[in-house]
Amino acid sequence: MNLWPLLAILVLVLGFAAGLNPLLVILVTAFTAGVAAGIAPLHLLASLGRAYNGTRYVTLIWLILPVIGLLEHEGLRERARTVIGRMRAATAGRIILTYLALRQITAALGLTSLGGPAQMVRPIVAPMAEGAAESRLGALSERMRHLVRAYAASADNVGAFFGEDIFIAIASILLIKGFLAQSGYDIAPFRLSMWAIPTALLAFAIHGARLWRLDAKLRRMAREERS
Amino acid sequence: MQDVYALAGVMFAGFALYSVRDRSNARRFGNGAFWALVAVSFLLGSRIGAVANGVLVVALILIGGTGAMGRGSKERSTGAERARRAAQRGNALFVPALLIPLIAVLGTLTLGRIRIAGAPLADPRDVTLIALALGIVVALIVALWQAQAPPHAALDEGRRLADMMGWALILPQLLASLGAVFALAGVGTAVGHIATTWLPLGQPFVAVFVYCVGMALFTTVMGNAFAAFPVMTAAIGVPLIVQRFGGDPAVMGAIGMLSGFCGTLVTPMAANFNIVPAVLLELPDRNAVIKVQIPTAIALLACNVALMYVLVFRF
Repeated sequence: MNLWPLLAILVLVLGFAAGLNPLLVILVTAFTAGVAAGIAPLHLLASLGRAYNGTRYVTLIWLILPVIGLLEHEGLRERARTVIGRMRAATAGRIILTYLALRQITAALGLTSLGGPAQMVRPIVAPMAEGAAESRLGALSERMRHLVRAYAASADNVGAFFGEDIFIAIASILLIKGFLAQSGYDIAPFRLSMWAIPTALLAFAIHGARLWRLDAKLRRMAREERS
Repeated sequence: MQDVYALAGVMFAGFALYSVRDRSNARRFGNGAFWALVAVSFLLGSRIGAVANGVLVVALILIGGTGAMGRGSKERSTGAERARRAAQRGNALFVPALLIPLIAVLGTLTLGRIRIAGAPLADPRDVTLIALALGIVVALIVALWQAQAPPHAALDEGRRLADMMGWALILPQLLASLGAVFALAGVGTAVGHIATTWLPLGQPFVAVFVYCVGMALFTTVMGNAFAAFPVMTAAIGVPLIVQRFGGDPAVMGAIGMLSGFCGTLVTPMAANFNIVPAVLLELPDRNAVIKVQIPTAIALLACNVALMYVLVFRF
């Protein structure tokens, strides 16, 4: 067993921990793994190139930039803030909590593409949450604004991750089914989905409780910064 | 699918052009070269061969990694102008933004079924991405019509956002490629080997604990629960939890994967979920999103261990 490729993990962790540019860390890590496994440099360069070309679909989402940029230029984020600022019951925590619920439910129905940081969080959810916080607490400090945005992004992730596995045709369920079938266990996707439900409920309870407390946290931050 | 790549290629070529023309950006040629290379990848990537693609990747990394890219200071609109237009335009502004997910979902559900002369209109594997691209194009047309703006205005606004994100825009794709290199080098097998040889796995609870926590840790390192699942399940899940202790494979698989997702919440390696949103939301701390997710991830991982221990041996 060749354990030297594990050095690559060390390089990666140290590089990220040291705050070096992630792109350079990736390059050095890839070559460390290659050298440790005894792969010829040119062969490694070719594998990296082939893998990069094969994963271009990951970057396709940025086709969205022109339309989001245009809508922002036309005042989309300002509008999202105004609309929410008018609602009396809206608070930052409740808005993000509502988004978490919607995100999790739609993901459970297989509609993961309804959300996402570029599609929903930056143009709509984050400005709405900031607008609600502003109408409650007045002008937000940078620290508070960043906290609200980070929580908005976190709700998008938690909702998607712990909702999607309830849907039977999602990639991760198919992977589990495929792998277990190779090991000799034939399992209906439905059973896998069913056993994803307890964790999904707990994920909503845990992250939801933290969002519920976000408003109190913001109030406390506002008081501290005033005094 | 090639058409969608070509569309992306043309868009990035446009970004390159507008970046070079942005005189308020002191490093505009760095940005221009970077977006031009991304455009080359989308337009010609499948024709230039693996080694040339490898050289392209290294060039992208060197431009993006050495601080050769910057951001322009020029905004096409001020906050006051935007607020005024927002008031004028009202809620109609939300229409294009909501059209994108709507069309993406409808397209995902229908495109794979449409056949022209017996051949499917879209490859079922690519349907989601094609539907998304379609939604974006329709939304862009509606938004341009609403704003009475020329298409190049949208391209320049897109360029503004792309320059804001800079190299972070290709980080997820690079990490996915690194995953492929890891697989080639046998990093995963080595981790599995260590987990099984060095840990005492004689009791059911210890096996469940090591499997769940191992899924989370391994995912943290690889940035992807899909990479961790086969390794951990082959090393611990199937031989110990299922075969030796008689656990249920469905419970093990489902909760095991979700334990991996707890790891995804805390790792910068899962850049598209954790780093990209931080950059998109203009947070100065790249790890700000991870920091608010850590408490949820730890609590949920503990819940997963307990859930699996309680459920896996009962069904």
